[in-house]
Amino acid sequence: MDTVKYQEGRVVHQVEAIDGHSVEIPILKILKQDGSVYENADMPAIEQELATKIYKTLAFHRVLDERMTASQRQGRLSFYMSALGEEAASVGSAAGLDDNDMIMAQYREQGALIFRGFSLENFMNQMFSNEKDLGKGRQMPIHYGSQELNYMTVSSPLGTQIPQAAGYAYGQKLKGNKQCTICYFGEGAASEGDFHAGLNMAAVQRSPVIFFCRNNGYAISTPSSEQFAGNGIASRGVGYGIRTIRVDGNDLLAVLKATQDARHYAIENNKPVIIEAMSYRLGAHSTSDDPSGYRTREEEAKYADHDPILRMKNWMLANKWWDETQEEELFETYRKDVLAAVKVAEVIEKPAIEELITDVYDKAPEHLEQQLADLKEHIKKYPDAYPVTAGRL
Amino acid sequence: MAQMNLLQAINNALEIAMTENESAVCFGEDVGHFGGVFRATSNLQEKFGKDRCFNTPLTEQGIMGFANGLAAQGSVPIAEIQFADYIFPAFDQIVNESAKFRYRSGNEFNVGNLTIRTPYGGGIAGGLYHSQSPEAYFAHTPGLKIVVPRNPYQAKGLLLAAIRDKNPIIFFEPKKLYRASVGEVPEEDYQLPLGKAEVVKNGTDITLLGWGAQMETIEKSAEMAEKQGVSCEIIDLRSILPWDVDTVAASVQKTGRLLINHEAPLTGGFAGEIAATIQDKCFLHLESPISRVCGLDTPFPLAHEKEYMPDELKTFEAIMASVNY
Ligand SMILES: Cc1ncc(C[n+]2csc(CCOP(=O)(O)OP(=O)(O)O)c2C)c(N)n1
Repeated sequence: MDTVKYQEGRVVHQVEAIDGHSVEIPILKILKQDGSVYENADMPAIEQELATKIYKTLAFHRVLDERMTASQRQGRLSFYMSALGEEAASVGSAAGLDDNDMIMAQYREQGALIFRGFSLENFMNQMFSNEKDLGKGRQMPIHYGSQELNYMTVSSPLGTQIPQAAGYAYGQKLKGNKQCTICYFGEGAASEGDFHAGLNMAAVQRSPVIFFCRNNGYAISTPSSEQFAGNGIASRGVGYGIRTIRVDGNDLLAVLKATQDARHYAIENNKPVIIEAMSYRLGAHSTSDDPSGYRTREEEAKYADHDPILRMKNWMLANKWWDETQEEELFETYRKDVLAAVKVAEVIEKPAIEELITDVYDKAPEHLEQQLADLKEHIKKYPDAYPVTAGRL
Repeated sequence: MAQMNLLQAINNALEIAMTENESAVCFGEDVGHFGGVFRATSNLQEKFGKDRCFNTPLTEQGIMGFANGLAAQGSVPIAEIQFADYIFPAFDQIVNESAKFRYRSGNEFNVGNLTIRTPYGGGIAGGLYHSQSPEAYFAHTPGLKIVVPRNPYQAKGLLLAAIRDKNPIIFFEPKKLYRASVGEVPEEDYQLPLGKAEVVKNGTDITLLGWGAQMETIEKSAEMAEKQGVSCEIIDLRSILPWDVDTVAASVQKTGRLLINHEAPLTGGFAGEIAATIQDKCFLHLESPISRVCGLDTPFPLAHEKEYMPDELKTFEAIMASVNY
């Protein structure tokens, strides 16, 4: 019986307390900024084809973020969130998974979705909430989701996906098809009660889930020093009895290696793993935020030298898997593609008014049908006041 | 008098409350040095120090549990929940704890010093998770008071009253008006009464009732109706709990008609509660059924925000339907 576990361990007769920080957590690094690899580093499984796909994903991610942030400034888009400086965390981890594994993201993991092959059009349609948006124009920009790509639609309330991932992965285990779930969240969201609930449930119920924390140092304006007093988020994994890995989040190969290892462990043992990826949020929290109100330019400059994309590029160049001509062409093409896609998506019509009442339930109950009918009558009477829908009734 | 927007009026009230009482403490997500994502707590950390104005970890449950403990100890917590949409992780602490502390302990302990500030409502293209008006959930809970200001003058006077009131209060701030609404606000200390509605405009044909950001909508619809020769009496409820039955009932006994407008969905919304009570008090005076113009019974949409809203046109139509009943 496990109930007597408390009696195990070394017995002392003087107070011998353990300091909260005394557990040292190693940090996995494989790739140096100049593109060389640490001696003795355990390389992840990666061939030229995968490496190229990863690099193209990173490049597309950077271009998408730059272009969409600019579009927001031009007033074409209502809102955007970039992952500037921490792209390797989502892309490297997604690359360590099988396409059938489930991804449950927070909101700054567009890299995983790009890697899975979400089309440029799909990104744009969601951001412009037009009638082709898979989410039917209901959520703010960057709340993506795709059943086809096993990417759970993002929800704004932070941390809610953490216990859900424990349950989703448990279901995968019961089905016996050797799949896992990865659950992303920020170090800020890890303060929510849902974090405790999710990790504890997964550990006790033995769910094959990878909890992936992007520790980028900030939650909006709150620095991690005001978010937690312990040794990051990884130290908590130990407390829950969960296999725990800390990794340099700007080192794509290290993130990939950690995820490959975690996936193997989770599926073979039916147990959760937590990975904490240490990074820095170089950009603003979102386009509604101005980081100059809470941090210095010097601090940002210091982290700009750890650009994860440049680090990966240096490695690709060293391997002769990439060259500067390819680089220029790739970025140029992506810039053109994204701009062209913005122009298309922003003029596609909004979803039909009927979508206001669909999906609230499986079938719209009578009272919603009635409310829609009344609304349509009203719009017909005042078409000028409702320009988005009036012409389409 | 100074010109202030709603945020400045709130900031000014907080500064007065913290100056007057050393145990008043402001906290919440990003509330410290940054001054909150909307800047309602700007400069408070600089003035009162990090012990009295600080960022909390990102946990609404933690914020409210902490605030309950702090209030029970006798301090005066003024906690911010960044968006009313994110108050639900703290639902248990508010509904089961804040609301029942005094009752369950036979007043051995209470959290009457607690004030919860939170931005609510739509009109900012925020979609379903940055637009909700959750007042009705809390109105179902005995032990809480619920207050909603409609302009800067009210925001300051009502917030000061809320902070000094000896009951836990949820203070819903119409975020659509944070910067949009500017008005004259006395620089000195003043309070507006809690639980008391304000008759904004006198009229004889119909009573229009609402609160917070919807008051603007109601005023616009009243203007349209007046052009059709309908005289509207406009009442701002200001406090949802307890609410001023007498003022509303007296008005309806005079006008014979009542229209209630709120942004939250129709079903289970607070308008239903008002309608039932006023029907009871004014049955023989009513000339037409009590009318509710509310949000639809769907989550708050993004692309169809305009269509969803109980706007002035829908309100105007309902006024005319009521007078022509
Ligand atoms: C329950 C809840 N509370 C508050 C918010 C508002 N909010 C959105 S993002 C954010 C900060 C999140 O920080 P973190 O988890 O560290 O992720 P990062 O943005 O740094 O990637 C906050 C407070 C929210 N979305 N949900």
